Amino acid sequence: MQKLKLVVVGNGMAGMKVVEELLKIGPDLYEITVFGAEPYPNYNRIMLSPVLAGEQKFEDIILNSLGWYEENGIRLHLGKKVLRIDRQRRIVEAEEGMEVEYDRLLLATGSSPFILPVPGRDLDGVIAYRDIQDTEKMIETAEKHRHAVVIGGGLLGLEAANGLRLRGMDVTVVHLASWLMERQLDRHAGKMLQCELEKRGLKFLLEKKTEALLGNEGRVCGVRFSDGGEIPADLVVMAVGIKPNTQLAESAGIHCNRGIVVDDTMQTFDPKIYAVGECVSHRGTSYGLVAPLFDMAKVCANHLAMMGIGRYAGSFTATKLKVTGIDLFSAGKFEGDEHSEEIVLNDVAGGVYKKITIRDGKIVGTVLYGDTVDGQWYFRMLKEGQDIGEIRGNLMFGQSHLGNAGHEGRVQASSMTDDMEVCGCNGVCKGTITKAIKEKGLFTLEEVRKHTKASSSCGSCTGLVEQILASELGGGYSPKTSAEKPLCACTEHTHADLRKAIREEKLLSIPEVMAFMNWKTQNGCSTCRPALNYYLISTWPHEAMDDPQSRFVNERVHANIQKDGTFSVVPRMYGGITNPEQLRRIADVADKYRVPMVKVTGGQRIDLLGVRREDLPAIWSDLDMPSGYAYGKSIRTVKTCVGTEFCRFGTQDSTGLGIMLEQAFDRMWAPHKVKMAVSGCPRNCAESTIKDVGIIGVESGWEIYVAGNGGIKAEVSQFLAKVKTKEEAMEYSGAFLQLYREEAYYLERTVHWIGRVGLDYARSRVAEDEENRRALYQRLLYALSGERDPWKSVVERERKPLFESLMVEA
Amino acid sequence: MENWIKVCELEDIPQLGARVVKGKSCEIALFREGDRIYALHDKCPHKGGPLSQGIVSKGRVTCPLHGMNIGLEDGRAISPDEGCTETFSVRIEEGAVYISL
Ligand code: SRM
Ligand SMILES: Cc1cc2nc3c(=O)[nH]c(=O)nc-3n(C[C@H](O)[C@H](O)[C@H](O)COP(=O)(O)OP(=O)(O)OC[C@H]3O[C@@H](n4cnc5c(N)ncnc54)[C@H](O)[C@@H]3O)c2cc1C
Ligand code: SF4
Ligand code: FES
Repeated sequence: MQKLKLVVVGNGMAGMKVVEELLKIGPDLYEITVFGAEPYPNYNRIMLSPVLAGEQKFEDIILNSLGWYEENGIRLHLGKKVLRIDRQRRIVEAEEGMEVEYDRLLLATGSSPFILPVPGRDLDGVIAYRDIQDTEKMIETAEKHRHAVVIGGGLLGLEAANGLRLRGMDVTVVHLASWLMERQLDRHAGKMLQCELEKRGLKFLLEKKTEALLGNEGRVCGVRFSDGGEIPADLVVMAVGIKPNTQLAESAGIHCNRGIVVDDTMQTFDPKIYAVGECVSHRGTSYGLVAPLFDMAKVCANHLAMMGIGRYAGSFTATKLKVTGIDLFSAGKFEGDEHSEEIVLNDVAGGVYKKITIRDGKIVGTVLYGDTVDGQWYFRMLKEGQDIGEIRGNLMFGQSHLGNAGHEGRVQASSMTDDMEVCGCNGVCKGTITKAIKEKGLFTLEEVRKHTKASSSCGSCTGLVEQILASELGGGYSPKTSAEKPLCACTEHTHADLRKAIREEKLLSIPEVMAFMNWKTQNGCSTCRPALNYYLISTWPHEAMDDPQSRFVNERVHANIQKDGTFSVVPRMYGGITNPEQLRRIADVADKYRVPMVKVTGGQRIDLLGVRREDLPAIWSDLDMPSGYAYGKSIRTVKTCVGTEFCRFGTQDSTGLGIMLEQAFDRMWAPHKVKMAVSGCPRNCAESTIKDVGIIGVESGWEIYVAGNGGIKAEVSQFLAKVKTKEEAMEYSGAFLQLYREEAYYLERTVHWIGRVGLDYARSRVAEDEENRRALYQRLLYALSGERDPWKSVVERERKPLFESLMVEA
Repeated sequence: MENWIKVCELEDIPQLGARVVKGKSCEIALFREGDRIYALHDKCPHKGGPLSQGIVSKGRVTCPLHGMNIGLEDGRAISPDEGCTETFSVRIEEGAVYISL
């Protein structure tokens, strides 16, 4: 097949992101030609600020080296501006009369700094802050001259001013509004910022309108304001805004309205021409931060690759100033109005100010100064439109006061030194992460995980890694919510899309799902296959195919893999109850197969550790006990206390209910593991309050608690309902678990799922709606009916050979 | 000179699955993807995980212990991971699988 011709105008961050994505999903579709007006390969524009501040070098911020273009067969024309597009002949004309044909054209021309139309703007020493050239000019000027004036007290202006100050200049920031960064900060935070920057030696002139730039022999020497005042200046940096580069598109007759107008697929008015980046206007909005541009790029690449899925629906953006040592975060509509309310914390002495703006029980905006640890958390809730009713009282104190295991309870990345450990599982230090972000040009959590392994195991340090990303990338970092993330790199679809398609289209096998949902890879990967397998068997019990090769090893061999490749065997002891006969069998098995360790687990049962794979079927057969599912995303244990049977305080038969629950829900697959407990009185000896479903007996019945967690992040369970009888307790618990099975995403534990959908939702479906509760419970019982014990089926059927090795004589 | 040894029938290895061959000196994992069979030393370059127990896709296997991806063709870890595990030649003849040690 002949390749189509793709021409890209603009060799910047958005354009090259499209090309990178396209090479991933449709590497052979196009012959690609790129024009860039700047004489450099694609670099990380947002890192110009650290370069100016002397924290990084130009070489460090290159994102795609010249070699990269070559390796991918991309024709690159640097220092060549495209002057004209001939849409009839499908040709672009560049400088020096060069002409190139296209089948698809991508406009990624970015934007240009806005230059105030004042006399003197053409003088030498008057510049904007946009590219490497401007940055070099500033660095050069700082060596020879003294007075710098930055016009514009926004994000860009302040980063420029800070850099020039660090390079030894005497810097004055001139700003029209009455406080700094007025579009991102409220007055209070703006004033705190100004105060801090003044301490660092910057000067500010607020509410000043620039009237003229004064010159001397062609070079700027001063600035005059509308009130008649004048100050000296050897360098004037204009940072008063940007305007999308639309001239090229406009001259070709493509519809523009401040930006190049695109639809949700990033297509312009001419279907052969796409546009992304700062130059576009999408649903009336133009963006000036990289996170939304990257989202656009993904969608655009998908359509260029003719996959035809994916829509860009606009982005929420958040802001962070990249001035080392200043913590500031802003997102959404933080200025309240008559319909909203505010929660404010103002610690003047401590230099901390926080404001959260709320409307209809949801966060609509936030400004944080001095302590921005929870910025990403608030931002995520804002994007998800999460109801904050339940956590309102604790909102201001942040997500962190509960603490995470494994990094000394540390919650603030900025207070960590480079050699401190962020990821306790993989031993990754802060310095390694910042270095990788800078040197490898990483922008997302996934990329950091891939390159450093930080946050890729238990995930408890994710918050810290997100903070580090946010502080390195400024507003360029935008955390993805699980709802908007594709399941993995093999697909564009989210967990929710996939669950829906499997249900509505009645898809019954992994190949069917992959075909129907246009999978990009033939066999998927180790992320999507287990998830799809779970969605299939939970949605269509007894009908969908369970694919052992799409299960993790533990679920495939029904035992837990150990560090040396051996396995552990944990038989069920319903409710933690055993008897001499079982114990004798366990002891015999341990002797016979020389099991290296027999341990009582934290789940009230016994673990045989260090068993060879080949011995598993024989051990199961000798034990003749049911599998304890200690290896599965399934019911683990139901912990119980002694209850009324023996305990002097017991009010209910907790052991009995525990055994009933464990027997009834045994063999239940779930999105993640499920732990339960039943205590006989509020002393709660079975620790019901940190379980997925925890039940506490009281004189008048049973209290049911859900969505607790005792692992990585301890989380106390929440009250779901109170019932009178054991049967009701079974029905409520079962219905709750079935709702979780049907609606949560794979690998989401109950605590995270409830965190996403809200406890009120679960209550309304389980506790308040009797009919629905019954139906859920019936569906669970149907799914579990006829499920066989996995150990028994291996022992009785012909599946044994897979546990045995093949022997050869060499 | 290559010394081919018959180890099993093609059917003995499940689609997208693996079997382990115990040799005198080491254990070899045989992987199947479609009708292609690959043979690798059953030992992850990271911390020695049994690769045969991993999930197979896209010409690679994901180690069951810490999730490193190893290319089935060349035994090399997929970037950004690093490391390499030994590979062996495989031949399929009349539905039987042979390896060369
Ligand atoms: C055997 C046991 C430790 C012990 O010797 O007591 C154990 C062992 C493992 N736990 Fe656990 N956990 C054990 C009780 C617990 C408990 C306590 C409890 O259940 O009362 C917790 C905290 C409660 C909770 O889960 O909320 C616990 C929280 C975890 C976590 C963190 C889960 C979380 O969502 O935060 C993991 C990691 C995971 O599942 O992803 C984990 C994972 C593991 C794994 C499976 C790690 C792995 O993937 O290989 C360990 C298997 C060891 C092995 O080689 O066999 N284990 N683990 C306990 C088995 C109980 C049982 O009878 O089934
Ligand atoms: C100093 C600085 C700091 C920043 N800090 C942050 C931050 O912390 N966080 C954040 O998210 N964002 C930040 N930004 C903004 C971010 O860099 C931009 O949003 C992003 O680079 C825009 O990408 P783009 O591809 O749309 O445009 P650009 O990166 O500007 O790329 C467009 C390219 O097209 C070229 N071009 C234009 N017209 C033509 C033509 N006719 N022919 C050929 N080539 C052409 C231009 O020369 C340019 O190289 C910062 C910007 C600056 C300047
Ligand atoms: S048993 Fe649990 S706590 Fe202990 S090392 Fe394994 S995963 Fe960690
Ligand atoms: S042993 Fe294979 S990834 Fe660690």
